[in-house]
Amino acid sequence: MDTPTLAAPTLAIWKLASCDGCQLTLLDCEDELLTLAGQVEIAHFLEASSAVRPGPYDLSLVEGSVTTAADAERVRAIRAESRRLVTIGACATAGGIQALRNFADVEEFRRTVYARPDYIDTLSTSTPVSAHVDVDFELRGCPIDRGQLLEVITAFLTGRKPDIPNHSVCFACKRRGTVCVTVAHGTPCLGPVTHAGCGAICPAYGRGCYGCFGPSGSVNLTALIPLLHRDGMDDRDVERLLRTFNAAAFDREAKEATP
Amino acid sequence: MTHRGSRVLHVGSLSRVEGEGALHVHMHEGRVTETRLQIYEPPRFFEAFLRGRAYTEPPDITARVCGICPVAYQMSACRAVENACGVDVDGQLAELRRLLYCGEWIESQVLHIYLLHAPDFLGCDGAIDLARAHRGHVERGLRLKQTGNAILELLGGRAIHPVNVRLGGFHRVPARAELRPLGERLRRAMDDAWATVRWVAGFDFPDAGCDNVLLALTEPGRYAIDAGVPAAMAAPSTHGLPADTTRRLPIRTFPVSAFTKEVVEHQVPHSTALQATLRGERHLTGSLARYAINGKLLSPTAVEAAKEAGLGDPLAGTVCRNPFRSILVRAVEALYAVEEALRIVEAYEPPPRPHMEVTPRAGTGHGATEAPRGLLYHRYVLDAEGTVTDAVLVPPTAQNQAAIEEDLRRLVQDESDRGGGTDAELTALCERAIRNHDPCISCSTHFLDLTLHRS
Repeated sequence: MDTPTLAAPTLAIWKLASCDGCQLTLLDCEDELLTLAGQVEIAHFLEASSAVRPGPYDLSLVEGSVTTAADAERVRAIRAESRRLVTIGACATAGGIQALRNFADVEEFRRTVYARPDYIDTLSTSTPVSAHVDVDFELRGCPIDRGQLLEVITAFLTGRKPDIPNHSVCFACKRRGTVCVTVAHGTPCLGPVTHAGCGAICPAYGRGCYGCFGPSGSVNLTALIPLLHRDGMDDRDVERLLRTFNAAAFDREAKEATP
Repeated sequence: MTHRGSRVLHVGSLSRVEGEGALHVHMHEGRVTETRLQIYEPPRFFEAFLRGRAYTEPPDITARVCGICPVAYQMSACRAVENACGVDVDGQLAELRRLLYCGEWIESQVLHIYLLHAPDFLGCDGAIDLARAHRGHVERGLRLKQTGNAILELLGGRAIHPVNVRLGGFHRVPARAELRPLGERLRRAMDDAWATVRWVAGFDFPDAGCDNVLLALTEPGRYAIDAGVPAAMAAPSTHGLPADTTRRLPIRTFPVSAFTKEVVEHQVPHSTALQATLRGERHLTGSLARYAINGKLLSPTAVEAAKEAGLGDPLAGTVCRNPFRSILVRAVEALYAVEEALRIVEAYEPPPRPHMEVTPRAGTGHGATEAPRGLLYHRYVLDAEGTVTDAVLVPPTAQNQAAIEEDLRRLVQDESDRGGGTDAELTALCERAIRNHDPCISCSTHFLDLTLHRS
């Protein structure tokens, strides 16, 4: 591996409220990790290195959602130090699973989990990074896809637009040659409204898509919900399905579908 | 640092751990008065929002607690819900679950050994830095880690947050021929796993011991991973022995259903993760605990590796209580997981159905499995329709927090008694001590920020 030259672009990886899975995706690029490390200077990546270099950074990848006042402040500081800022994953891009609090009484959540809720500092909402600062690109997924992550990093480092299509999981199923689980088996599936990127894994394993990449570019919930009902889901099941890993994003779509 | 007799060490954000945390050490007139592992990972409230979800959902939802050990969450959740519904998954479906878990063990243990922990022993900042000096080693680690991920991807659909797990088994089970390439890969991985044990065995380990109760699952006939009953090995001091004793001490078991009676969580002001004690005693879960309690049940190959690595003879009951040597135990466990995965792949016969039916009923279910970093317990209460009305998750790092704080107290005190220790040296030592336990801070609610207060 070559030591990056002085001119090597700097990469910083940051974490807010999340499971670490999206940063881990970078460490899971076993075949590409050392090559990448030879082309960029990894300037801040606490999960992988104790060496921390000061900003500014050419590219910051942010994982996780904003759930505390301190993190809201931190994300502004990260933005100020970053030439380009890309959010990685459902938490940073849509609030993540922890956005389920947005539909609930957070005080009640705090009392449920903690004997001394007064020790716990939290906001009543979990919001995406874009709700706080300008974001250059949002990479979806819970977790993000390895191939898409490498594409985004490469694109930003070479100064072009990432080639991340906005179409739905259905396109990926067709390309993969997976028989439609809804048509063939009546399995409820969020594929028609979900952003592609995972490679349409769920239908290939015989289950319906559960929406972990959030809404695609064109979402028609008005057409999909009756199909979910037809395939045996009641209103509560549909609500649960839409309100999981990208609850806040699908909820916006649902509101637009039912004016 | 102040020079008036009072000294404070502070690490503001811990690195090479999964999650976010900080460390505060207070010293007064040469005595460590307080060590606080502060977990400031923002709370995500999983236990709260699981209420009202369908009984089928905890495996997918709780996977999101942790990106490094999603399978551990999926398996503990499945076991707990199935327990509430009176279902016991057995035969080839249970074997496939163990295979998936072996995939996670290999991936996670190797990640910790090569990318997070080994740099401490070799004076590097991280694996990228390590790769400049020892490229071949890092490449071997990445290759081995990739083998773990290959299992997860084939059986689970993807390595992080696998999609193929469901109550009662899987959405789809592989045909024999699909597993065959994995068999070839695992046979090659045996060499890398052996080389890992030998590489790690050559590191320089500080002397240390831990006077904690050790807690791990145990089951007859094999090294517990995906099932078993909790077993606690007594702390050395209760038998008048030093903290670094290698003697096997008495073990008592208790049913999984009694877990929250035995392991009681309490909240401390400085951490968003709850701490837990076992009947009021400080306890430790993870590799050291598993090896102490189940070492006799390792495969002959893994026993041989343990002996060669200098861990003594597990068949003779030799245990290891030196947290710095946990990386050795982790390497032996990774070898075991490769061999075990190979065994399952070679013996695999596709089951007649991909999953057993799990019909909901009102009741409480308990489930515990061995995440790479320690015992992970789940409990769910279901109503008759299968809606979750209450959920309790007790992750390993929450249980290990008090033992980690005690490790830090002892190490800083010893170093100080020897008269050594600049703030920077003590901080580095503390970070190492924390990494010894492969803490998963996202689970327990991430890492390190150290403050050392000296007065």
